Amino acid sequence: MREKDRPVIDAAGSPGGPAALELPAAEPASDDGVARSSHGPESAAGSAPKTLLETPHPYRGRLICVEGIDGSGKSTQLLLLERWLRSRGYPVHFTEWNSSRLVRHSMQRGKKKNLLTPTTFSLLHAVDFADRLTYQILPPLKAGMIVLADRYVYTAFARDVARGVHPEWVRAVYSLALRPDLTLYFRVPIDISLERLLSGRAKLKYHEAGMDVGLSADPVESFRLFQSRVLEIYDQLTLEFGMRPIDATAEIPHQQRVIRTMVQEILRDYDRNRANGNGVTSRPR
Amino acid sequence: MVSHPGRAKTWYGHGLPYIAKKRLPGHLIAIEGTDGVGRSAQIQLLRPWLELEGYAVSNTGWTRSPLLSETINEAKAGHQLTVTTFSLLYAADFADRLEHEILPALQAGFIVIADRYMYTAFARNRVMGADPHWTREVFGMALVPDLVLYLDIDVESLIPRVIMGKGMDYWESGMHLALGTDLFDSFERYQSRLIDEYRRLSSEFGFISVDARLPIEELQSELRKHIAEYLSGATGKPRLDPAGNGAPTRKE
Repeated sequence: MREKDRPVIDAAGSPGGPAALELPAAEPASDDGVARSSHGPESAAGSAPKTLLETPHPYRGRLICVEGIDGSGKSTQLLLLERWLRSRGYPVHFTEWNSSRLVRHSMQRGKKKNLLTPTTFSLLHAVDFADRLTYQILPPLKAGMIVLADRYVYTAFARDVARGVHPEWVRAVYSLALRPDLTLYFRVPIDISLERLLSGRAKLKYHEAGMDVGLSADPVESFRLFQSRVLEIYDQLTLEFGMRPIDATAEIPHQQRVIRTMVQEILRDYDRNRANGNGVTSRPR
Repeated sequence: MVSHPGRAKTWYGHGLPYIAKKRLPGHLIAIEGTDGVGRSAQIQLLRPWLELEGYAVSNTGWTRSPLLSETINEAKAGHQLTVTTFSLLYAADFADRLEHEILPALQAGFIVIADRYMYTAFARNRVMGADPHWTREVFGMALVPDLVLYLDIDVESLIPRVIMGKGMDYWESGMHLALGTDLFDSFERYQSRLIDEYRRLSSEFGFISVDARLPIEELQSELRKHIAEYLSGATGKPRLDPAGNGAPTRKE
């Protein structure tokens, strides 16, 4: 799709406050003396109602994403799905959130020195995503491969909004994203994810526990509070974007069976023989 | 209608909803203009003048954030960037400086002089082919400056300055856009497009445009005149003397 054909974000259709467009022209200053511009970005909005995230992508490949809080078991399930797809001869490409080399240095520096704010945290992840979209997601999709993404833009919509950025802003930042063919949302209660994380490693990671948000000085309590917010937002996103909920408390093989059935569904009209990568890339990683 | 001190500040879009609401009595002045137009030389002269007049000054400049500057330089040295990742890196740099430099200084009542502001991203992204609407939404977290001074120049006058200055650079010549293999031709085309875009933005956002072809001292006096005018309007105090302390126009 050419750049100029890209639909613009539909500010009015998203949750959150009203767009600047709808405010009176001379918006009075709020109590902090900071108003919103009367000719801000929304005033330039066109009338195109749909974003790319709401429109099926036109490529021959398939995009399958997993979402959920840390410790929900999504990566395990994606690995099992990948094994199965490869064993059946499908050309598969795997990509993971926050894995681009482009921002690794800034991310490490920001995390180590605690320089990240909710906005820069969000934008660095957006750089990572845009970079992977260009190099890891679009080429295999155009080549007709099956792209497996461990976390997708919904992670940003949930986490960054839980950190306090505006839900419309983060959707606009990620408006370049394609709509996945299938998004699996691994729903798990906080206590179970905590139990899984704490039994696997000794300490919760600083940002994973939302320590930067300052909800509690105790990492476990902070995790509980922060990830509860994230969970709540994920639940709303499930409806907004049609994610398929998976009961992540069920037994692993059972979850995998459910997932494989859903994947078979989206592969029904998939033409494996037309995939350029077939035979070459189907070796196990 | 003008509150004292400082005018009411405005977010460009949604702003930063999570930051504590605080008053911002300082003044945010952005200096815009294309590469090599003389922004930094002018800013260097503005600072001592304002300080002698009793104003505390804080400078901030495009891609100078501690979080991103290294990453941006590394990325520009490689061949990995797309228009989108380029824009987002600039936005992250901007947000970092906004939260760690600009807002704290404004809260403390400083005059913040920004060497380039979001309009540079608007102009460049459009020339590079990014969706202009998307760029503007990404910068919805920005604070609208109290005053934007635009150093306007035509590309014919710009060229000798750049050649006599630090020379034509790969990125400032838009070589990444593959407008041509000749550096000079590419520079001319890319910078003409940028300048057209800046001029369009100037009328859209009401920049104060000054003629950057003027000699350094005269250009400085022009800038001081506009800043003095803004400050007297915003603070209700008598106007500063643009030719006052440390003015480069004074010869003795």
